[in-house]
Amino acid sequence: MSLFAASAAVASSAAAYGYDTIRPVARLRFCGLRREALRLHSPRSTLQLVAARRSVVAAATAGNGAAASGGFDYDIVIIGAGVGGHGAALHAVEKGLKTAIIEGDIVGGTCVNRGCVPSKALLAVSGRMRELQDEHHMKSLGLQVSSPGYDRQAVADHANNLASKIRSNLTNSMKALGVDILTGIGTIVGKQKVRYGKVGFAENEITARNIIIATGSVPFVPKGIEIDGKTVFTSDHALKLESVPEWIAIVGSGYIGLEFSDVYTALGSEVTFVEALDQLMPGFDPEIAKLAQRILINPRKIDYHTGVFASKITPAKDGKPVLIELIDAKTKEHKETLEVDAALIATGRAPFTKGLGLENINVVTQRGFVPVDERMQVMDATGNVVPNLYCIGDANGKLMLAHAASAQGISVVEQISGRDNILNHLSIPAACFTHPEISMVGLTEPQAREKADKEGFEISVVKTSFKANTKALAENEGDGLAKMIYRPDTGEILGVHILGLHAADLIHEASNAIALGTHVQDIKFAVHAHPTLSEVLDELFKAAKVNTGVSHSINEPVAV
Amino acid sequence: MATAPAPLSLSASTLPARLRAGAVPAGARWRQARRGRMVVRAKIREIFMPALSSTMTEGKIVSWSAGEGDRVSKGDAVVVVESDKADMDVETFHDGIVAAVLVQAGESAPVGAPIALLAESEEEVPLALAKAQELSNGQPQQAPPAPTEDAAAAPPPPPPAPATPPAPVSAGTKGIASPHAKKLAKQHRVDLAKVTGTGPYGRITPADIEAAARIQPKSKPAPAAAAPPPVAAPSVGAVPQAAVLPPVPGATVVPFTTMQAAVSKNMVESLAVPAFRVGYPIVTDKLDELYEKVKPKGVTMTVLLAKAAAMALAQHPVVNASCRDGKSFTYNSNINIAVAVAIDGGLITPVLQDADKLDIYLLSQNWKDLVKKARAKQLQPNEYSSGTFTLSNLGMFGVDRFDAILPPGQGAIMAVGASKPTVVADKDGFFSVKNKMLVNVTADHRIVYGADLAAFLQTFAKIVEDPESLTL
Repeated sequence: MSLFAASAAVASSAAAYGYDTIRPVARLRFCGLRREALRLHSPRSTLQLVAARRSVVAAATAGNGAAASGGFDYDIVIIGAGVGGHGAALHAVEKGLKTAIIEGDIVGGTCVNRGCVPSKALLAVSGRMRELQDEHHMKSLGLQVSSPGYDRQAVADHANNLASKIRSNLTNSMKALGVDILTGIGTIVGKQKVRYGKVGFAENEITARNIIIATGSVPFVPKGIEIDGKTVFTSDHALKLESVPEWIAIVGSGYIGLEFSDVYTALGSEVTFVEALDQLMPGFDPEIAKLAQRILINPRKIDYHTGVFASKITPAKDGKPVLIELIDAKTKEHKETLEVDAALIATGRAPFTKGLGLENINVVTQRGFVPVDERMQVMDATGNVVPNLYCIGDANGKLMLAHAASAQGISVVEQISGRDNILNHLSIPAACFTHPEISMVGLTEPQAREKADKEGFEISVVKTSFKANTKALAENEGDGLAKMIYRPDTGEILGVHILGLHAADLIHEASNAIALGTHVQDIKFAVHAHPTLSEVLDELFKAAKVNTGVSHSINEPVAV
Repeated sequence: MATAPAPLSLSASTLPARLRAGAVPAGARWRQARRGRMVVRAKIREIFMPALSSTMTEGKIVSWSAGEGDRVSKGDAVVVVESDKADMDVETFHDGIVAAVLVQAGESAPVGAPIALLAESEEEVPLALAKAQELSNGQPQQAPPAPTEDAAAAPPPPPPAPATPPAPVSAGTKGIASPHAKKLAKQHRVDLAKVTGTGPYGRITPADIEAAARIQPKSKPAPAAAAPPPVAAPSVGAVPQAAVLPPVPGATVVPFTTMQAAVSKNMVESLAVPAFRVGYPIVTDKLDELYEKVKPKGVTMTVLLAKAAAMALAQHPVVNASCRDGKSFTYNSNINIAVAVAIDGGLITPVLQDADKLDIYLLSQNWKDLVKKARAKQLQPNEYSSGTFTLSNLGMFGVDRFDAILPPGQGAIMAVGASKPTVVADKDGFFSVKNKMLVNVTADHRIVYGADLAAFLQTFAKIVEDPESLTL
């Protein structure tokens, strides 16, 4: 039970690699992908920006070449070159710290190789397929399309090519800055000491003033489930799109499961969800989950079983289909056996912390996660902070999102360079790239109500519909809702949830407002281009009623 | 069994109790439903897709606030409908139990189409379910003359769905059906247990359900590799599909509306009925005089003719009968005159119920209401599909005679031409000018023979030519 529940609660990394939101804010906040993207594709209009960045890079490169202070080999050694490690490394170089990053697999980690990045390629295909297949939609736009089809291998190649491209961008960005990329499994052998190399032959030992654990996570497979990689598999295999089964069961209805249901149904599969909790999409704001069910589940070739565990899954063999034994989540009684063509296990992700040598420094993982405090400092078995050791990203389990890992990494580097920094996790947006997309930041309505009850303040909720948005209607994509939970007494934004066209791109106005502490009464005066989808949020802010009793002049500069 | 009418004789004491207890096996419940079939009209109301805006032609069900089996009271919001403009809560106008949801959340239905059935009490729930079965198997929504009492006129319906409560989880390992197949089965009320799966591992596929429900498969999203296997649709009694003619260059193709499609289907079905026609000239001077007198009281010629036909039918019950299975006469206990009305883009047949019993003033009032509802597309199915005899009048256009096509489920239809001044010779050889109209009745020769029809027309002519009885 606990594992399933956890899986539902932890956000998977199959969400966006968005940009980081940390506090306080550096003037030029770039994390790896954006920086590299600018370098490779800088349009003329951003020349000034690029120039500014280059000067920083130049200074930083010189910095990494300098010897680490205090007789250590490095100022920072990062174990794991995923998005979190990468973000930390780049920021460390920028801060003039001598930096090394250890990677035992391939640069980019889950997000780039087996997560957000390739899944976005598949979702780009599925979004178009879905649109082209929707005769009614096409007709209402005046378009005529006859029998759209797809070439599975070409779709798979697109995903794979994208992953390679982003991986090489990531690698190049670190190399260009002079980050030492060390190959092998990193093991902490003592205070400020790391050994790395091939498994069993970790013979290179280095010392570092600070160590950041950023080893990430792997798909979590509950016991009783037999993975064969062909008919029963995890997102790792699914992203290769080696087959499009006629009927696939997806175990878990969080971000990963939902995104894959979008991909598979668009490609012609039928989908059955198996969810341990009593309702689908348990991590979402209930109202958004309800609407998502109306838009993303009910009209599609999807059915679902809720409140059940898949206690046993047997891959297809000996002329038998994939068999899934379902038991009641509460009573544990056998309920039903499903026969499907394939099963995708999307029950969340488990931290990858084996072989880290945590026992050498008296750190005990909790369900595999490395315990950390709010500054990402690792705690040992006695609850004391282990000095100079940090853990970011999926391995600490705070918020399993690629951009959260990166933000945590940057926050850690800030602390190391002498500026205390606590990342506000409530300002980190999350997105699910279904069609239409879902995005959110901050608290859900029930969470906000609970907090309001406990702390004794009022909350208000405002909503706007995509149906009233010109741009959405022009696209014939009027399905959707944006809702904001805020404090009517102060105007503080507590949470924003969006379901609708390009919701993942729209959330940042809200997440930035939360990160910067911008209140509704201020942001409502910010101007939005017309007609754009961003006006959905504009209306949301304008619809909010704040009773601070302070009149606001529109001539006053607005912090955005 | 199905022919034994049991008008509300379902033991009111036992049945509801058993239903409440939920102990009635599906089979038993079905049997009760079958028995109740003949009285379906009784206390079952339909909830319609409302017109939420003047431009709305169809609406999408966002969600059902009330589920099957829920008791609702007048004014309760039962469903949220998304129109072209907004989402709106829709209230019920009657108390009752939501017996069957015909259009599931996420699906669309044209304005005026039934989206759920409301039973007045628990006894009626099985009847409503039977009716839902017929509705989903038979004509699409807004079918003009559509028999509701019995679906046997149509090809034998697929096996009925047992009244299972809607649940995301369907139990049992037998009869495994894919998610889409399950959705389709629910939508078309196909009993999964009665469908033989043809998919991998004997699984029931969407195509199997489509075959069982006799619907055309929609074009599937085409994965490059997998060509869908041809659907082996059983063609028992099915109307052969007309070959599609090649398109005419430059022509505009306008697909049928739901109503037009229903008309088309009924018209094609009529080809299976051996029909014949008998014409009769009728002098209408006295009827015209009467009409002038009652016109200020709101009585129309249509009502007078309907009343006359109803009175004649009362004396010739065979003309009011129908042949449903090709083996028997079905004598209708009521005389309900359906009157063909042209409405924008289609044709509908509002029904004057019990036209033989009600007086012309009451009938006129009913007629006015029906026409108003027809224009607003708000006719309840029993208001357009319960006819036992149809009247079609093209006299106002100057048409002197025409013949009508027999609607399915009825024994006869009367086509009335214009009444025109005509020189007639009486039995003494005197010429005079009289208003004369030609009526032409088309009938099903399996049950109505030439002499029957002639006798009926003679009675009808007598009533029209001496119309005082109409006002009684």
